[in-house]
Amino acid sequence: MSAAVPALALDAVTVTFVSPDGSRYTAVQHATLRVQPGEFVSVVGPTGCGKSTLLNVAVGLLQPSGGQVSVFGTPLAGLNPKAGYLFQTEALMPWRTARANVAAGLEFRGVERGDAGARADEWLQRVGLRGFGGRYPHQLSGGMRKRVSLAQTLILDPQIILMDEPFSALDIQTRQLMENQLLELWSANRKSVLFITHDLEEAISLSDRVVVLSAGPQSHPIGDFTIDLPRPRDVAEIRLTPRFIELHRLIWHAMRDEVLKSYAQQLQ
Amino acid sequence: MRSSSSKHLRLWQALLFIGFISLWYVATSPTLLPPIYFDDPHKAAFFFGEPLKVFQRTWDWFASGSIYAHLWVTLLETLLAFVIGTACGLAMGLWLALSPTASALFDPYIKALNSMPRVILAPIFAVWFGLDIASKVALGVTLVFFIVFFNVYQGVREVSFTVVANARILGASDRQLLRHVYVPSAMSWVFASLHNSVGLAFVGAVVGEYLGSSRGVGYLILQAEGTFDINAVFAGILVLTAFALLLDWGVTLAERRLLVWQPRGGETEKM
Repeated sequence: MSAAVPALALDAVTVTFVSPDGSRYTAVQHATLRVQPGEFVSVVGPTGCGKSTLLNVAVGLLQPSGGQVSVFGTPLAGLNPKAGYLFQTEALMPWRTARANVAAGLEFRGVERGDAGARADEWLQRVGLRGFGGRYPHQLSGGMRKRVSLAQTLILDPQIILMDEPFSALDIQTRQLMENQLLELWSANRKSVLFITHDLEEAISLSDRVVVLSAGPQSHPIGDFTIDLPRPRDVAEIRLTPRFIELHRLIWHAMRDEVLKSYAQQLQ
Repeated sequence: MRSSSSKHLRLWQALLFIGFISLWYVATSPTLLPPIYFDDPHKAAFFFGEPLKVFQRTWDWFASGSIYAHLWVTLLETLLAFVIGTACGLAMGLWLALSPTASALFDPYIKALNSMPRVILAPIFAVWFGLDIASKVALGVTLVFFIVFFNVYQGVREVSFTVVANARILGASDRQLLRHVYVPSAMSWVFASLHNSVGLAFVGAVVGEYLGSSRGVGYLILQAEGTFDINAVFAGILVLTAFALLLDWGVTLAERRLLVWQPRGGETEKM
């Protein structure tokens, strides 16, 4: 596996923001991260540690101040053409129906509208939203909107899927349903996933590998754990197995000091 | 309970109307009351008109069909001013909102033009475009343009960053971004200001006609004023008011169709 060209490689990436008053803030310092083809990698870390920044660099929305991003061995310039992105906040176009939202990416790529609509219907069915195609986003619940977003991203069959705490706004039951659904969709057609979360349990139950980031500023990976839990998994049940608890203890041990550090910074 | 109270409300509104007309009738009828303020009993009617004659005049206009040509002209001017003003406001608003350089360059001039009392341009437009409908449309356009412009500008500026980023990642080119993200978002603001802009297009048409024309309801009023026919003036105002209400109602219908995607009160949650 390590000999293969990684699907996504961040090499010594540094991101420094300059605010209008001239002050600098280095969110990420010298971060190196690799995602192999077909691998599900989660990044966990305390709040404000630059997790989203890393993801925005990976998709090409942010230019790194230093270091390099490569996609299947090719240096990234501009937006990442092989990546799909699932946002933490609402990203659907409110003036489009669920079907039109899912079909949007295909239409942008020149697929004829009728074809795009038919394939969107297929995907809506796949994420459990059959019959909801004509609804506007405001007529759907938070969980349903996330499903639409998921279908919108996956319909383009991206080689790399980037997710920025996509389920953090959902209640716990909806969240576990969505996590299982994500695993099901992912295992049917394994792509590389980089999944950002602050929830360690979510990270362990979904991933092949969990990377721990240090507290910001100048955050960087401080731990890399292989999750050897068997698949297929049920995210609700796997949390009760001894190996899960062992892994959780191990990773939490690495994370705890960083979380406390980050908490202390917030109090200042 | 609710329906009965709204029935009561309608009843009171009708009574208020009848009361107002009765007062008007009693106060202006030449022989009904002894003269209180005016020495000549016909003077009150001369200054304030007589409601029955106003209604009679309005009726005559519609019965003879002579009003329709004037109404049509006023409607045409209103619609043209609305469409052209909206198109220009939309184009300019999109351009300035998406180009910070152009926005910075034009900013003081836009502000100056917006603060200027634009009705004063009517005589200039009459010189430039003649006394036909073009000068009225031009006046309406200057009024509508700024409403639409500022709304579009605001609308584009307020598009969620996430929605734009998402569309770009889904593969939207700059043109597609404009068509599928910025324009729909701006349009929702344009529709929100539809009542205002249609109303102002109407004001532009009528004021333009009033200041010099050969057709239109504003022209009717101008004519009547020239002959001190106060009843015809009020009849013209009555027709204009009814017409404006009809336009406003049409806008409400259009709005309901065009903005289905926006949450209405009580129907949904808002994120």
